[in-house]
Amino acid sequence: MTEAPALPWYLRREGEFDSAALRAHDQDGGIARVTTPNGVEAWLVTRLADVREVLADAHRFSNVIPLPLASRIQGQELTPAQLRLNRAGNLLSADPPDHTRLRRLLTPFFTVRRMRRLEPRIAEIVTAHLDAMERSGPPVDLVEAFALPVPSLVICELLGVPYDDRGDFQRLANRLLDLSLAPRERSQAFLDSRAYLGTLVDRARVEPWPGILGDLVREHGDDLSREELAGIGNLLLIAGHETTANMLGLGTLALLRHPEQLRLVRDHPERVEAAVEELLRWLGIVTTAFSRVTTEPVVLGEQSIPAGELVLACLPAANRDPDLPHPDVLDVTRGAIGHLAFGHGLHHCLGAPLARMEMRLAFPALLRRFPDLHLAETEAPVVLRTASVVHGVTSLLVAW
Amino acid sequence: MRGVSGHVGQLVVDRDLCIGAGLCVLTAPDVFDQDDDGLVVVLARDGADPGAGPHTDAVREATRRCPSGALTWQE
Repeated sequence: MTEAPALPWYLRREGEFDSAALRAHDQDGGIARVTTPNGVEAWLVTRLADVREVLADAHRFSNVIPLPLASRIQGQELTPAQLRLNRAGNLLSADPPDHTRLRRLLTPFFTVRRMRRLEPRIAEIVTAHLDAMERSGPPVDLVEAFALPVPSLVICELLGVPYDDRGDFQRLANRLLDLSLAPRERSQAFLDSRAYLGTLVDRARVEPWPGILGDLVREHGDDLSREELAGIGNLLLIAGHETTANMLGLGTLALLRHPEQLRLVRDHPERVEAAVEELLRWLGIVTTAFSRVTTEPVVLGEQSIPAGELVLACLPAANRDPDLPHPDVLDVTRGAIGHLAFGHGLHHCLGAPLARMEMRLAFPALLRRFPDLHLAETEAPVVLRTASVVHGVTSLLVAW
Repeated sequence: MRGVSGHVGQLVVDRDLCIGAGLCVLTAPDVFDQDDDGLVVVLARDGADPGAGPHTDAVREATRRCPSGALTWQE
């Protein structure tokens, strides 16, 4: 087992809502030279305009990391076959036209209209978990009782993953995002998670299967390989529960720390939509977008970057760009959805409409069920995830 | 590629670039929708120009937010 390398400053999220990466705007014109956990030199891009430029240009900033660089990032010599397996069906490691082919298969499942059809079921799931919280009585760990299970159950039903398997897939997702682990351990968690999805794909090929996995196998089972199907399922499963779970957990903490904002969300249903956007912007739970590599020499802002270099788009920093009005203030009445919490460009989050729907239902339902929601009066009611690809809370003990 | 002229500029829609993020539908629901494949469609409103009239600001905002570049605004 290799030891985990020390975590570089730009990946540490020691504050609840703040971090060094968020303050990096002024270093070298907003483009800082950083070193990844395995010692690969990279460019950390922090200004809104620059991040938009990087993410919008898949031609100059590619998601397909070449083998030697991928090996150095992971801290182990990858074979071409291993790299192919890592990439199969993973939209985040593909450029057009491969990316376009996969994305086009998936967009129909995530339209705004399809999400509206899911609304009653999501509301039902939210209600059921609030009922259970009320029955068990305070204090309750909000992560365990609400923030994690709601999006996990929603994505399981949508995707066709047995919810009974959640213990395993949640643990694997947690490990593969855990930056305190050695890269080798993280990539093993990724492979184990992929392998689990592979077993579901195999079953979906021989028996009637629900959800997106079932639909993909039925409709595209001949065009997509087993590994592609497993890769797609793996990405949707991980992205589908980890991100929303941390938004619900950390978002609730943010509202508890800002009672006047909490009251606005709780008492004014018409403000919920804008509040969710502001929480997405202000919390910036995904610290960097998937790594890009320059395909040619580029000039970004005033910085020249040679070909073949790693570029990291720092989403939370861009969301608090100093040119924005009061960037560090959480103001749920702001109402702008121009943030980059879901990324930008071709890889803009596929599940964004689902995540929005879940948050728009979950936050107000939670706050109205427990109007006096507050942190439990225990030692350490808040445990932060300080070293994860997705920032958030590991546990949040609340009472009412 | 399709262009619709407006008083202060032109909305240009390139469905080949669309990734179905749906931000346009959220930003300007009176003007944009998604087809069954999730790709953007401009709603026909009695031949009215989507780039003009009361929705101009929302349409311009939608072009700014469009992540894929499928919607652009040409001055």
